[in-house]
Amino acid sequence: MTDEKTLIKEEETPTEIMDIWVAGTEESQFQPTDEGSQEFGEDESVYRLADQFGRVITDDYVFDDEVEEDERMVVNMGPQHPSTHGVLRLQLELEGEVIRRTKPIIGYLHTGMEKTAEQLTFSQGSTNVTRMDYLAPLHCELAYSLAVERLLDVEVPPRAAAIRVLMTELNRISSHLVALATNGMDIGAISMMMYGFRERESILAFFEKNTGLRMNHNFIRPGGTAADLAPGWKDDVAAILSDLPTRLAQYDDLLRENPIWVARTQGVGVITAEEAIALSITGPALRAAGVPWDIRKAFPYSGIEQYDFEVPVGENGDVYDRYRLRVDEVHESLKIVEQVMDTMPKGDYRVVDRKITPPPRARIDESMEALIHHFKLFTEGFKVPAGETYVAVESPRGELGCYLVSDGEARPYRMHTRAPSFYNLQALPVAMADSLVADTVATIASMDPVMGDVDR
Amino acid sequence: MNQILEDLAGKFETVTWEVSHEQDVARLHVEDWFDFAGAAKEAGFEVCVDVTAVDFLRSRSERYEVVANLLSMSHRLRLRMIAALGREDPRISSLTPLWPGAGFAEREVYDMFGIVFDDHPDLTRILMPDDWEGHPLRKDFGVGSVPVQFKASHQVK
Repeated sequence: MTDEKTLIKEEETPTEIMDIWVAGTEESQFQPTDEGSQEFGEDESVYRLADQFGRVITDDYVFDDEVEEDERMVVNMGPQHPSTHGVLRLQLELEGEVIRRTKPIIGYLHTGMEKTAEQLTFSQGSTNVTRMDYLAPLHCELAYSLAVERLLDVEVPPRAAAIRVLMTELNRISSHLVALATNGMDIGAISMMMYGFRERESILAFFEKNTGLRMNHNFIRPGGTAADLAPGWKDDVAAILSDLPTRLAQYDDLLRENPIWVARTQGVGVITAEEAIALSITGPALRAAGVPWDIRKAFPYSGIEQYDFEVPVGENGDVYDRYRLRVDEVHESLKIVEQVMDTMPKGDYRVVDRKITPPPRARIDESMEALIHHFKLFTEGFKVPAGETYVAVESPRGELGCYLVSDGEARPYRMHTRAPSFYNLQALPVAMADSLVADTVATIASMDPVMGDVDR
Repeated sequence: MNQILEDLAGKFETVTWEVSHEQDVARLHVEDWFDFAGAAKEAGFEVCVDVTAVDFLRSRSERYEVVANLLSMSHRLRLRMIAALGREDPRISSLTPLWPGAGFAEREVYDMFGIVFDDHPDLTRILMPDDWEGHPLRKDFGVGSVPVQFKASHQVK
């Protein structure tokens, strides 16, 4: 770490001030290590080659033409390519129009959020995790809150659990709408892009009304939720419920049997069930390969087992199946949302334990204890008994887990997020080997990676 | 305890089993890590969900803990394996030969903690730049700050 003072002392003329600190302008203390590079090396090991050629698990090497040496080239895609969904960089080795080797290179959005979590109290932690997967912030908050609650051994009231299910399922719909929209845009169906974002807006408006923000809500917190649902929420949800199915039917008219769409997506970017399980792929990419695995069914959380819904499954594991699966999941989420709306329990929206959740605003004016609790909670936070736990929820991208270690203090000793996009990116070499360059963006979009989730 | 875990426990006598908040945890010696993982995979844990580590800088004599979360889809079961590693030259065998999906996760642990995974085919940094010095999630790596030069900062001597 370069100290600011020494940095300035070394300069002979202190009048010359840098406007901003630019990495690399200070005298470098860093020595290049021989740890290797993330990029393609000169002489790769057998395994690394197999990984980049996408045949670690099964060798489905189909395209076997002899290619002239001068037709083989390495192309960098990203990190600023519009179709890589954020700052994803891919190194591709091409033979003519065919992709041979792929290597995802990540870390461009790494902001050290796991390190940050160790500096924040447990009550501040949800502001941090909500910024990880910015398309599914409520799922990140839910995983984190469930982990803290498990360490605290706290059970949230039924209304809090129902609100959580309502919000996360709506969030799943909005996230899948973005996935559909961007997937459409990447293949050239620009109208899908406009429609997807339009429908997502109605859900974001609902979030804004109830949580105060369109994204990064910090709404689900350890001990319950930040607030009760806004008055009139049922009408808003009912409007979404009546609007979306007709919109989804319109999307089907647009894409489902569209010959261009089908030709561009069917048989493209195939990930088989065997490959998906070996590479720890979860979420829609796993289910599209035909594995009926959903954490909401296997390890239910937040009372989601009370609601009736199906787990849609694909067959071929290609881009088309992943697109169909997302549409089907939106229908299932709508079913859950409708049931939650009809059966929303009455009661408190957070635990009535003043050591964990703040007292109501009105009580602070009349009760000294309430004021002290409020003050202590927001300055020191609450202490969590020592222990460790792992909690996973089904985010729109797969298994979103939170591994939390507490040493009995008010800050987590270690907070690790099992980010689904991070693991799902491992499937890119497998899905893209021996496919055409033009199919690259279709494959990436169908995996729906969120770089905030990958790099954290 | 579940029958599958009991069978697994019968094979490895040095493993300490505990239940942490209703989750099964197997604490292993480092040398058992790969063999135990192999036996777990045979017993039906077909997915390695996550590999991570914790740094207990001063609070424990064995500084690091490597944590792997396993999942059995067929038996609806989770199992967490934890191995403690010493202060000097932390090394453990890689799980990639069993589960290729552990590859990214182990690279992340290597990047963030400097724990070396033997037999990992591609142990390079993944999130930090290649020439980064140090391992950020270690407890003795400071949070740090970027020196921001405000207008009056030339007075700082």
